[in-house]
Amino acid sequence: MEQQAVLSYDGTLEGFLTCVFTAYEEKLKVVAINASENTTQQLFTASYEVITHSGKAKRVWLSLKKKTSAAGLRDLKWAFLSEISQMEMQLYRMIRYILAENVPVDRDFSHPAVLKVAQAAKKVGREKHRMEAFVRFRRTRDEVYFAAIEPDFNVLPLIKSHFKNRYADQKWIIYDLKRNFGIAWDLAAVNYISLDLDPEVGISGAPEAYFHSSEIAFQQLWNQYFTSTNIKSRANSKLHLQQLPKRYWKYLTEKNL
Amino acid sequence: MDYERIKEKLSILADAAKYDVSCSSSGSKRKNTTKGLGDSSGMGICHSYTEDGRCVSLLKILLTNHCIFDCAYCVTRKSNDIKRAAFKVQEVVDLTIHFYRRNYIEGLFLSSGIFKDADYTMERLIQVAKKLRLEENFNGYIHLKSIPGASDELMREAGLYADRLSVNIEIPTKSGLKLLAPDKKHEDFIKPMEKVKNEIIQYKQESLFIKSTPKYAPAGQSTQMIVGASGESDRDIMYSANFFYKKYNMKRVYYSGYVPVAEDPRLPALNSKVPLLRENRLYQTDWLLRFYGFDIRELLNEQNLNLDLEVDPKLSWALRNRHLFPVNINRVEKQLLLRIPGIGLKSVNKIVQARKFRKLNWEHLSKIGIAMNRAKYFITCDSREFEVKEPSSEYLKNVILKTSSGKFRKETGTQLSLF
Repeated sequence: MEQQAVLSYDGTLEGFLTCVFTAYEEKLKVVAINASENTTQQLFTASYEVITHSGKAKRVWLSLKKKTSAAGLRDLKWAFLSEISQMEMQLYRMIRYILAENVPVDRDFSHPAVLKVAQAAKKVGREKHRMEAFVRFRRTRDEVYFAAIEPDFNVLPLIKSHFKNRYADQKWIIYDLKRNFGIAWDLAAVNYISLDLDPEVGISGAPEAYFHSSEIAFQQLWNQYFTSTNIKSRANSKLHLQQLPKRYWKYLTEKNL
Repeated sequence: MDYERIKEKLSILADAAKYDVSCSSSGSKRKNTTKGLGDSSGMGICHSYTEDGRCVSLLKILLTNHCIFDCAYCVTRKSNDIKRAAFKVQEVVDLTIHFYRRNYIEGLFLSSGIFKDADYTMERLIQVAKKLRLEENFNGYIHLKSIPGASDELMREAGLYADRLSVNIEIPTKSGLKLLAPDKKHEDFIKPMEKVKNEIIQYKQESLFIKSTPKYAPAGQSTQMIVGASGESDRDIMYSANFFYKKYNMKRVYYSGYVPVAEDPRLPALNSKVPLLRENRLYQTDWLLRFYGFDIRELLNEQNLNLDLEVDPKLSWALRNRHLFPVNINRVEKQLLLRIPGIGLKSVNKIVQARKFRKLNWEHLSKIGIAMNRAKYFITCDSREFEVKEPSSEYLKNVILKTSSGKFRKETGTQLSLF
């Protein structure tokens, strides 16, 4: 019997692509690919700890590039960021299918893995758009605009350039509390950062130790605007909830003051 | 900044601006290449939603709710006994910038009551936009209201700083306008529209030859009509809309169900309901005109002065034109695909793509996501099963109504229960 292999990697896209490379190189029958912490030992399977290798990752990515549309590549990347459990295997199956065929098949939604990946990518795209909408900056004492978020999927890498284009003249940080890392613009470049955050900084409000003296005033002005612009005789709370799901309320200034 | 005073003004002047339904912040091309603030090169973003379910994407306020006019349908009319306020130019600039920096908004929508005369008011609106662009290096979205009667010179200037300009026609018929807005003349609306249209064309042509030509209202013009205030028919409204689309290259016409704001014998009573369903049907019709290749005369005419409230306008049209159906989904050309009830733009594209590979059957179609409850009576596909042979349109309509549920169903229910 061909031995089954479980691969573990460091959780990065490069790491995952190295897994794909390894699987081809060693002709493995891969049954699972997990980020390191999720690995459990199983009988009758060999476990491989794959060490991330950017050269190998790049080779996989380049050969994919030759055989897919831009939309297919984007789907692979975005679905990876969904962090949905077992998504790596769907990606792996889709990649095998793409590399095996001579014509582009990344839009063949009758293939189960392609469909799953496209669906995951769609969810991530929706979350990306919501984060572009729902990030609420608060001005700190050191003139950095700070926003905390907890997105369902790991979308920070996808919203970097959006915020960079918009807020070129102010320093800002968008921090993912769930994954404990953030992106920061220092007027020259966007960097990934990790902070030891005081829970006081929280999700909204403006503790005086950290925030600019005018911050609360502007939050109140925004809240006033939000209230005044509503037309009571057109009330439609069902639609309201559909557009503004409750799970996002805690970092929406207007819902939280 | 006196925050308390600003807050009070904001409550008055946002409250008065909320009946303007335009909320679009897309379609402009203003890239942040200057390391300034803001970028409106992509699609617009709705940053929040009010409890009535409408999107909040711009800071939508009036510069003032003082007004020399007395239009019956307007909260801000001269004879209405309400608190009045006015923003200073700098206050609007500061609010916009501070809100934008916090990612609350995509930009500013600035309208106004009429202070002294049209030009005086228009000039102040332009000052706000100019300050935002030139002093604050702001590249976010700016929508300015053209004040009816404003001079050509000011309209030309407004377009240089705004992304979109709009003048609300409000009342779709001339007779209605005379009755409800005696101070306004039809020409006062048309003149600034005409000017903006011509400037847009001219700047576009110039930019073909001269690269440094400034942008002029890159997101175009829009207008709004109030629905249900002056007894007009749907035909009046949509023919009027069609005229503005054709004649003035409107990007959008908005329809706003009249919200009773005044006790006036010329208007619906204060407790009458907002005609939300009618508004919805008008938007559907608008979409059919702009994206589905329908001619207005097919949807509304002498025999059909008003839209059917029970079913959507496309279904209503198809029920009147049964001789064109059923069509074979695997063969029919795209223009007719677009006319099948229950099949939207996205589904049409999917069908066109998918039928290159295989003949589609019922199962494929329902996976693609078309509304089968309506579509199935108007199509054939790669299947032996036919849904219905030759029922009457009236019968079909009832069947479809029974097997569907809509958000307004309560209001239109065709069958009243007896007990």
